[in-house]
Amino acid sequence: MTLRYRTRKLTNALMFSFTGMCALVSVSVLFFILGYLVWNGGKSLNPDFFTQLPKPPGEAGGGMANALVGSAEIVLIATMIGLPVGFLGGVYLAEFGGTMFPFLVRYAADLLNGVPSIILGMFTYSLIVVPMHHFSALAGGVALSVILIPTTVRATEQFLRAVPQPLREGALALGASKWRAVSSVVVPAALRGVATGMILGIARIAGETAPLLFTSFNNRYWSTGLNQPVASMPVMIFTYAIAPYADWHRQAWAGGLVLLLFMLGTNICARLVLSRGPSWRN
Amino acid sequence: MPVETAVPAPEQPGSASRSFLNRLRSGDEVAHFTTLMFATAVILIVVLLVVELYRNSAESQSKFGWAFLSSSKWDPVAGAFGALPFIYGTVFTSAVALLISVPLGLGAAIFLSELAPPRVSDALIFVIELLAAVPSVIYGLLGIFVLVPLLRDPIEPFLARTFGFLPLFQGPAYGVGFLAAGLILAIMVVPFIISLSRESLLAVPREQREAALALGATRWEATWQVVVPYARLGVIGSVFLALARALGETMAVTMVIGNAPQISFSLFASGYSIAAIVASEFTEATTNLHSSALIELGLVLFFLTIIINGLARLLVLSTQRRGTTNP
Repeated sequence: MTLRYRTRKLTNALMFSFTGMCALVSVSVLFFILGYLVWNGGKSLNPDFFTQLPKPPGEAGGGMANALVGSAEIVLIATMIGLPVGFLGGVYLAEFGGTMFPFLVRYAADLLNGVPSIILGMFTYSLIVVPMHHFSALAGGVALSVILIPTTVRATEQFLRAVPQPLREGALALGASKWRAVSSVVVPAALRGVATGMILGIARIAGETAPLLFTSFNNRYWSTGLNQPVASMPVMIFTYAIAPYADWHRQAWAGGLVLLLFMLGTNICARLVLSRGPSWRN
Repeated sequence: MPVETAVPAPEQPGSASRSFLNRLRSGDEVAHFTTLMFATAVILIVVLLVVELYRNSAESQSKFGWAFLSSSKWDPVAGAFGALPFIYGTVFTSAVALLISVPLGLGAAIFLSELAPPRVSDALIFVIELLAAVPSVIYGLLGIFVLVPLLRDPIEPFLARTFGFLPLFQGPAYGVGFLAAGLILAIMVVPFIISLSRESLLAVPREQREAALALGATRWEATWQVVVPYARLGVIGSVFLALARALGETMAVTMVIGNAPQISFSLFASGYSIAAIVASEFTEATTNLHSSALIELGLVLFFLTIIINGLARLLVLSTQRRGTTNP
């Protein structure tokens, strides 16, 4: 066995152990984050967190009830705008499109997907907050819907395209019109994929902070209407984390834990459903 | 008259050969038109976005011109605005992030595609893709309360003692600053690099590996000299995509970068990024000029990210089309 041969074997072993370590480090980050938030946030989670309004600065106690409701409100508005637009746009791309125009739409969706979310916040600010003269839950919802639309378009298109061509042809051969074939055969066949794609999109916007900073802003109290500023979980966590009060830090951890568990829960469920494969195969 | 119209094409189900009235009656035209409208909405949003950003930054554009990009003075009270410190901070932190995340991500991707059994690889990539879904405010939270204290006490003083002769590692150790922001960004973009690089590596045809091994290469040599170069466009694409994300990342950076509009070569110094200044000053802008300067910064960031993103997509697409093992 020559020296050169042994060096090559050694390099092989060393480099692959290095890649293994890289993988180990990357994977352990998630468990570190989860562990740290459970450890720090778990201690601070109590019924008050879910039922009480925030206390004035410096006073201990209180909760984030208004932020929980506010987040749900904003995400619901975003969903009501973003899902129909994104879904129908995606149906167009997969089923009705020609060549040139769909290319443009796809390009625009990908471009929009890559735009930093803070810029979408500024955009919504000048589009809605300025004409309305104040921050509002509605503006927050619109800002998040701009993030949701491109992801929904692409997910819908991707899963509709995966439906086998014979399914479409079968429907058309039975005399169904095109939209009938799409609405009663293709979409139901792709429904599981499309729905999980949508859920992943909604989970993503629920954790977005930057676009909400100057659209829905923040509110220490219950919001009284859709045209009023409203508190949300991510913004609340941000505000509490950079504030100088220990009790607020404690609550920021608790909020972070709730948000993380929500994200992980929805993501794990959606991915498990997806991994079961497309519905026309079962 | 062209011949094609004289001879009708063979009837295909659902094709354009059915008469317009027929399609209208069956609802096809309505469905087509409705979905087309919503698809157009996506394009409209992009157009509106560019127009709004451009229109609302007009005041700053006309006052400073191109000098806006090269001026380093940011003084809202005096009405002087320059983008340089923010562009510098954005690029510097992203560069630090890539320097750490590219070797780490590529290494992990190689392990997952070449060494790990498929079941293990799938389980690990599941965890790594979950990591990509963690909201950035949570990374920021951990940045402030875990990373920054660690940097302030053992890490930065140690770096200063060991590598203090380099300008990169000089100055007081506050914890917050470029290094903290770069590290957090690195952790945030690693999942993207791993996930996309792994796909490109998996798309390399089996024969490439077998040929290299048959010629007597070790497994590492086959990987490093054959598989990785074959997948290089996809790997580079994943790096560009990670870069685009790092450039635009807001919350985590805002929380740990120190928020000082200055240009420093030291990793320990506080700085500012474009996204961070917009996040912290946009609601507090008192003059029109101030907010229009912030919107112009947004416009700069917008063009920066769409260029990088465009390059990334081109590169990723070109490998996915060429690959054979990937469906």
